[in-house]
Amino acid sequence: MSIFINEKSIVIVQGMTGAEGTKHTKRMLASGTKIVGGVTPGKGGQSVEIDGHTLPVFNTVAEAISATGANTSVVFVPPKFAKAAVIDAIDASMPLVVVITEGIPVHDSASFYAHAVSKGTTQIIGPNCPGLISPGKSNVGIIPADITINGPIGLVSKSGTLTYQMMYELRDIGFSTAVGIGGDPVIGTTHIDCLRAFQDDPDTQAIVMIGEIGGDAEERAAAFISEYVTKPVVGYVAGFTAPEGKTMGHAGAIVSGSSGTAQGKKDALEAAGVKVGKTPSESAQLMRAILGR
Amino acid sequence: MDLFEYQARDLFEKHGLPVLPAAIATTADQAHDAAIKIGGKVVVKAQVKVGGRGKAGGVKVAANADEAKEKAGEILGMDIKGHTVRTVMIAQAAPIDSEYYLAILLDRSNRTFLVMASVSGGMDIEEVAHTAPEKLAKIPVDANIGITPEKAKEIIAAAAFPADVAADVEKVLLTLWKVFQSEDATLVEINPLVKTVDGKIIALDGKVTLDDNAGFRHPDHEALIDHAATNALEAAAKEKDLNYVKLDGQVGIIGNGAGLVMSTLDVVAYAGEKFGGVRPANFLDIGGGASAQVMADGLSIILGDADVKSVFVNVFGGITACDAVANGIVQALELLGPKASKPIIVRLDGNSVLEGRAILKAAAHPLIEQVDTMDGAANRAAELAAK
Repeated sequence: MSIFINEKSIVIVQGMTGAEGTKHTKRMLASGTKIVGGVTPGKGGQSVEIDGHTLPVFNTVAEAISATGANTSVVFVPPKFAKAAVIDAIDASMPLVVVITEGIPVHDSASFYAHAVSKGTTQIIGPNCPGLISPGKSNVGIIPADITINGPIGLVSKSGTLTYQMMYELRDIGFSTAVGIGGDPVIGTTHIDCLRAFQDDPDTQAIVMIGEIGGDAEERAAAFISEYVTKPVVGYVAGFTAPEGKTMGHAGAIVSGSSGTAQGKKDALEAAGVKVGKTPSESAQLMRAILGR
Repeated sequence: MDLFEYQARDLFEKHGLPVLPAAIATTADQAHDAAIKIGGKVVVKAQVKVGGRGKAGGVKVAANADEAKEKAGEILGMDIKGHTVRTVMIAQAAPIDSEYYLAILLDRSNRTFLVMASVSGGMDIEEVAHTAPEKLAKIPVDANIGITPEKAKEIIAAAAFPADVAADVEKVLLTLWKVFQSEDATLVEINPLVKTVDGKIIALDGKVTLDDNAGFRHPDHEALIDHAATNALEAAAKEKDLNYVKLDGQVGIIGNGAGLVMSTLDVVAYAGEKFGGVRPANFLDIGGGASAQVMADGLSIILGDADVKSVFVNVFGGITACDAVANGIVQALELLGPKASKPIIVRLDGNSVLEGRAILKAAAHPLIEQVDTMDGAANRAAELAAK
């Protein structure tokens, strides 16, 4: 088992014909992901040859679904057109949409997130995220496939390179799924969504959660862990020495209160029984101790 | 990007919110001229992007133009919480009857927009939010629906605005939403929104934060950037499209990916505790494609920082292979020549790590020292910076 993606994931790439889309389609195919086509408005009917795979291009996600039976979409569309691409996928009731694109205006992501919630048939991961991988089963996004193997650890992180670092530290043990949820202010899938899924996944024995400064997602995750998660959780929080954010005015201060600092997040996680390392390596050691490896 | 009050005021005016006549001045003489143009009693207000300026003496009332000149002279050059006052705004004074509070902002926790409104506005609104949260109405707003007249009425009722101002506040709310949405703001705040003694509703002070990601649909926002406040090193980095923030320590940091770089700062600061409190000198994320040119640009910025005593290059090869990064470092040092003069600790891991380490070893550059682990490398960089 794994969470969100597995060997049955049938994937289309929105923005496949662009440079980034093509590059990463190639990498995902090489790691065994079942990619069945792409979507680029205006290029429907064409096809793209990538490493011996002939991939059809569709104008819309709905067309792609009816022709291929895809159940997952990964979005590499540039920021300017990303909102339209994600809305297209939501309107086609695509079950999982992974948005890799960095730099999407927050009014656009707030809009497509609200649309997805009101429609109720699409889970979004990202934007501005590295995607997710269930090693050996499916790799949707830009996470390097060869860092580690399938194993008992579930990982959720806001940051791409810290995800890779942690996978590397624990590469001999392996991961059920590693999810990069993205660091943007509005994201479709949160730490909590991943923690719940890992708790419910029989093949995940322990969870690593990586957070960073800003917002209160880690504090909320800590509260959720107390009430729902019985599997061991190891944490890491980045940003203790990061400079304090620029003035947000009264409104920002009122909403965030005292939360948002790395120390506040660490304290909240520890209060929920999470073991929090001071460095990524220390967190990896804590996980080794828990798993006895 | 946070705007100055006068920029927020101009944006409000452009969209039709009620504001007072005002002008900006960077000298006392300009303040004098502005006060004459506005006429009568004026308020001289320091333009700084930090709260609490009123309590710090950055806002003063002047009865006439001569007094405005004198007050502007006092305020210009003042330091308010580390921000130097370079500009003042001269605004018509208004006889205030009541002070209200209105804001629309991004609510990260609930992944939606939020309106906050209170009839207890003014300098102490944060205090109100803490001690009497019931006086601050918080109403979520659907990103795809926005503030409709019905939503505005709901907000006005929730915050208990008096009946005599309800119609005007409704208009302000609808216009404020227009500002928030059409300008791609993540925060628009009016504090205070005042009722004058003759019953007019006026936005007396405002804060606006614009979304930098939306720059592509707002070419006019470019003009709002405050170049004077940008650190010289930060400006040089920006020109090279590098994500750099100057800090106050001694270990220069280069890494790939914001999370890993943030983590690197922490690890260096921990290691530095053992060496008399050595700290990171900067944040620099060179992103995924660490080409020789990007590495050279990054190294040259960091080595241009007189505070830097050692450099820590921390790269995890994900998509970028470590051999490419290693070649980048070697070529960067060739490009920099004698300008490179400080020890550089390199930690490479991940994709093609053995090839990358071999390249650095073969180059045998006297400044480069390799350490295999992130914690070990941070320790070495801190040790060298302390010497």
